[in-house]
Amino acid sequence: MIINHPHLGPRDASEFTILGDASLINRPDWQARDADDAFYNYQYLRDNPAGLHRELWFHEQGDRSWLVVTRDTVTHAVIAVALASDIAKAAKAKTAQKTAPKKVAAKKTAAKKAVIKRNAT
Amino acid sequence: MSAASLSQKNRITGGLVDRNQPLGFRFDGQHYTGFAGDTLASALLANNVRLVGRSFKYHRPRGILTAGSEEPSALVTIGDGAHQDPNSRATTAELFDGISAKSQTKMGLLSFDLMAVNDFLSPLLGAGFYYKTFMWPAAFWEKIYEPIIRKAAGLGSLSGLADPDQYDKGYLHCDLLVIGSGPSGLMAALAAAKSGLQIILADEDFCLGGRLNAERQEIDGMESASFAESSLAKLAAMDNVRIMSKTTIFGAFDHGCYGALERVNEHNANGSIRQIFWHIRSQRCILAAGATERPIAFSNNDRPGVMLAGAVRTYVNRFGVAPGKRVAIFTNNDDGWATAQDLHAAGVEVTAIIDSRTDIAKTPPTGVPTVLGGQIVNTTGRLGLRSVTLNNGTHIPADCLAVSGGWSPTVHLTCHQRGHPVWNDAIAGFVPGGNLPDGMIVTGAANGVMTLASCLQSGLKAGQQAAHDLGFKPAVIKPPRAADESFAIQPFWHVKGSDKKAFVDFQNDVGVKDIKQSHREGFRSVEHLKRYTTLGMATDQGKIANIPGLAILADISGKTIAETGTTIFRPPYTPVPIAAFAGRSRGKDFRPTRLTPSHKWASAKGAVFVETGAWLRAQWYPKTGETEWRQSVDREVLATRASVGICDVTTLGKIDIQGHDAAAFLNYVYANGFAKLPIGKTRYGLMLREDGMVMDDGTTARLGETHYVMTTTTANAVGVFRHLEFCRQCLWPELDVQLISITEQYAQYAVAGPNARHLLEKLIDSGEDISNEAFPFMACGEISICGGVKARLFRISFSGELAFEIAVPSRYGDAMIRALMTAGEEFGVTPYGTEALGVMRIEKGHVAGNELNGQTTARQMGLGRMVSQSKDSIGLVLSRRPELVRDDDYELIGLKPVNSDQPLIAGSHFIGIGASTVAENDEGWVTSIAYSPHLKSAIGLGYIRRGNSRHGDIVRAVNLLGGQDIKVELCSPHFIDPEGTRLHG
Repeated sequence: MIINHPHLGPRDASEFTILGDASLINRPDWQARDADDAFYNYQYLRDNPAGLHRELWFHEQGDRSWLVVTRDTVTHAVIAVALASDIAKAAKAKTAQKTAPKKVAAKKTAAKKAVIKRNAT
Repeated sequence: MSAASLSQKNRITGGLVDRNQPLGFRFDGQHYTGFAGDTLASALLANNVRLVGRSFKYHRPRGILTAGSEEPSALVTIGDGAHQDPNSRATTAELFDGISAKSQTKMGLLSFDLMAVNDFLSPLLGAGFYYKTFMWPAAFWEKIYEPIIRKAAGLGSLSGLADPDQYDKGYLHCDLLVIGSGPSGLMAALAAAKSGLQIILADEDFCLGGRLNAERQEIDGMESASFAESSLAKLAAMDNVRIMSKTTIFGAFDHGCYGALERVNEHNANGSIRQIFWHIRSQRCILAAGATERPIAFSNNDRPGVMLAGAVRTYVNRFGVAPGKRVAIFTNNDDGWATAQDLHAAGVEVTAIIDSRTDIAKTPPTGVPTVLGGQIVNTTGRLGLRSVTLNNGTHIPADCLAVSGGWSPTVHLTCHQRGHPVWNDAIAGFVPGGNLPDGMIVTGAANGVMTLASCLQSGLKAGQQAAHDLGFKPAVIKPPRAADESFAIQPFWHVKGSDKKAFVDFQNDVGVKDIKQSHREGFRSVEHLKRYTTLGMATDQGKIANIPGLAILADISGKTIAETGTTIFRPPYTPVPIAAFAGRSRGKDFRPTRLTPSHKWASAKGAVFVETGAWLRAQWYPKTGETEWRQSVDREVLATRASVGICDVTTLGKIDIQGHDAAAFLNYVYANGFAKLPIGKTRYGLMLREDGMVMDDGTTARLGETHYVMTTTTANAVGVFRHLEFCRQCLWPELDVQLISITEQYAQYAVAGPNARHLLEKLIDSGEDISNEAFPFMACGEISICGGVKARLFRISFSGELAFEIAVPSRYGDAMIRALMTAGEEFGVTPYGTEALGVMRIEKGHVAGNELNGQTTARQMGLGRMVSQSKDSIGLVLSRRPELVRDDDYELIGLKPVNSDQPLIAGSHFIGIGASTVAENDEGWVTSIAYSPHLKSAIGLGYIRRGNSRHGDIVRAVNLLGGQDIKVELCSPHFIDPEGTRLHG
C-alpha cells in the first residue's frame, strides 16, 4: 500500500503504524453533563465499514506525522490523505463556533461596525 | 558423438541444449550425464529414467507429467547435507555439473516402496479420510496419529541444519512490468521499450522465450526459438530494459506492488546469494503468463510415461529428448495433432492419435493410425507405461502417452485482488474477468488468445496501450509474420466408467471417485470440494487439477462450469522459501541489538546480559568465586544499601519536551498535576490510557521555563512517544509544544546508596553544590563535571536509597562509567544489574512492568489519589467507571512466606486458608517476587481484594504449575524504610 504523505510524497505503508478510526480525534468534553457516556462511546464504539474508512496512520519510520487516511477497506485504494493536526484544528474551530454562538455573533457585529466605520472615513 | 551423448539413450537431435557442455549428475545415487540447458527432468528423460517418485498418499509410482512450474509429480530433493532442498520440481531445476538429487515419499527403494500397500488400501483412504478416522481420543493426535501421518504422507524433508546459502531483498521501480517472455510478452516488451518506457521483463525460466522455444513454428521466416533469441537480444541492447530470468512474479499486491523471487543461483550458490526477494513497484503491468495444459482423467492415468502433450513437444523441440520410443496421443483438441507432427518430424514413432471428438477432419502424419471418438479406459505398466487400452477393447503399445485436455489461461495474478475469472466456452477455459489489479493489462494466452499470430499482435497492442496510458507516444511496429495454427476443442474431462485410480490432482492423489464421494456426502460447492478432498491444496496449488476437478463436479451436479465457479487463486503463484522472505534478517541479524554506552565496560567486567526489548542490559556482575546468580545479586544489593552502587539506566525512554505550552501538555497526558512544577524540580508522573488503566509511569524534570525531560519505562518507550505525538497532533494541536526522543542521545547512570553524594562530589566541577540543602530530593539541573562536561543530574531514587541519576551525552557514556567506578573505589563502589535493581524496587514497594500490566488501575496500585479530579487528562473520565472504583477491588500488597525458608513463585494465586483450590476462591495473584538479603526471606508484591485492610492476614499462595501451595503473610508493600528517611538523607 502506498500512502501519499502531504509533506513527503508517496510512502510505503510499512513505514507507518495504524491506530484505527479517525473519530479518535473528536475527544469529548470532560466536563459535559454526558461525559461518561460520551467517553465510553469515544473509546469503544466504532464503525467497521466495508468501504470508505477514515483512519489514523502514524509515520513512525518517517517524520512522525499523524495522518488521516481515507481508505477503501475493500480494495485498499487510498482516496485522500491529510495531516491529522490540520483536521483536528478545523474540528476544534467548528466546535468552538457551535458552542459559542454569541461570541461569533459579537465578532460579526464588530466586523460590520468596522465596515461601517471604514465607509464613513 | 561423445561418450556423454552416447549414454543418453533418448537424446535426439535439435533443441537448445549445448552438446559441447556435458554435465554429470546423480539421481538416487546413480551417475548420469546431461547437457547445459537441460532441466533435471529433461536430463532424466534423456537417460530413459521415467520413474522419479512416489505419490503422496497411495505411494503410486510417478514420473514426469509436465515441463514447467505446474509439475505435480516430479518432486525431488536436490543437494546433500545442509544444502538439501526438498520438493524441488525436476521440471524447472536447471541442471548443473555435480548436482545430486533424490526421489521422495518412499520407504525403502523407489522401485519397491514398502508404503505402496496404501494403494491396495485406497478404498479406505478416500476423501475425508482424516476427518473420519482420526477423530478421537484427542490425546492420540500429538503422539500417535500426527507422527505416523507425517512420516507416511509427507513429501521431502528438511536437513535440520542451518541453511548455508545467503538470501537477499531488493526494491525495483519501473513504468512497466512484463510478466512472461513468450510471444505476447516479448512483443509487449518490444513495443513498450521502443516507446521509451522503463521496463522489466521477468520470466520464471532460465531460458527466455516461453512456448517459442517449445514449438516448431515460423515467425518472420525464422524458427520461433530464433525469433525469441533475436528479440531478446534487441531488448537486452536497450538501456531502459531490465531482463530478469529465473524470476517468478508470485503475487500482485496493492498499488502496483509485485512480489518477485529471483533464483540467482538456485542449486549452485555454495554459500553465496541463492535467491533475491524483490519488491517491484510498477505503474503498469502486462500479464503474459501464457496457459497451462490439463490432463484427462481415466483409470491409471498416472503411470510414469503419461505426460501432457505440450510437455512432450517441449522435451522434443527444446531439449532434444524423446520422452519415449513409442508415443500414443490422447486429446480432445487440435493440440494433440500438433504433437504428432512434431514427434513425427523428430523421427519418434507415434503409435496412435486417439481423439475423443468424432466429427473432425484432420490429417495425421504419414502412417500414424487415428482413432476418432476414442477414449482410453485403462493403462498397463507397473513402474512405467507399457500400453493403453481403448473403449473399443484394443490395446495400443506405448511407453509414453501424450495427453491434452486443453489449455487453461494462467490467470492467477489477475485474481490476487478479488478478480474473478469468467468461463469462456470457445477455449473451454476461464479467462480474466473484471476487477484486475490496478494497472494490469492481460495479453496472449493468459487472456484466452490461443494462437501464435494473434498472440504476437495482442502483445504488441498491449505494449502500445501501456505506453499510451502512461503518456508516451506508442512506437509503431510492424507485427511479425506468423500463422495462426488450428485451435479447436471439444471439452472432455474424464472417461465415464473409468473412475478407478483416475487421478485429477496428481500431487494430493485426488481422483474422480473422491470428487463423486464429496458430492455424495454433501460437499458440493467448489470451496467445500477443495477442502474435503484436498483437491488443489498441494504445493502446485492445483495448477493443472483445479479446472478438471470442478468440471467433473459440474458434470456430476448437472450444472455448467460457469455456474459451478472456481476457487480463488491466492499468492504465491509458486512456493516461496521463508528464507527468501527473511533475507539477511536471520539469527542475530533478525533485528538490531541495542547496546548501552557502558556495554564494552560491562562485558569486560564479565557481566551477564539480559534482553529487554532490543536492548542488552547487564543482569548481574559475577565476581570470582561466585557460582550462583543469587550470590552476585545479594552482594550487589547489600553493597548498594551499605555504601554505593551504580546501575546503567540508559534504556529508560527519554523524551525532550519543549514549548510555551509544555506544562499544559504534561497536565493533559499525566493524571497528576504538572502545571506548578518549578524549574529545577522533578516529579513522578502517572500516565493513564484513555480507558482509565495505567499506561506507564516515569519522572519528568523541568530544566527551564519551557523545557522538560520525561522518562518512560524501557518497555513502553516507543509506545509512549507515539501516544504523546497522538495527543499533541490529534487532540491538542493548538498547543505550542514539540517532542523528540533522546533515549539514545544520553547515557544515564543511577548512583545509589549512602555514599552516592560523596562519590559524585569527587567528579563535579568546583562551584557546583549538590548538598542536601542545595540539591534536595527530586531536584534536577544541568551540572558541570569532570572539567567541563555538561551533565544533567536528577535526585531521584528507584532503590529507595539516597540516589542520583546522572546523564551525559552518549559519547561520554563509556568514560562516565569508568570515571564513576574510579571515583567510587574508596567507597567500595559496586556495579549492579537489573536483578539487583528489581530486588531493591520490590523491597521499596515500587511498581514496575509486572504491576503495570495494562489491566491495572492507579487505585489498585495505591496511587488513586494522584489522579487529579480538577483538570482534564487522558483517562480521567473513564477511570471513574463503577467497575474501576469497586470497594472490593484488588489492591497492591506485599507478602512474605510464613516459613521464611520457602521461596515464592510469581504468578501464584491467593486462596484462603481451608478454601478449596478452585477458581471461585481466587482472591488475587503474586506479581513480583525476589529474595531480600536484608529480610533474609523471599518477598513479593501482589494484588488481592481489599488488600489495604488485610495487612497481617495469612493466606495461601497456590501455584499449580509450579507445584507450590504455601502460607504467606500479607503486609505493606514497603519492606524497607517506609518513612523514606534514606532518600531524603
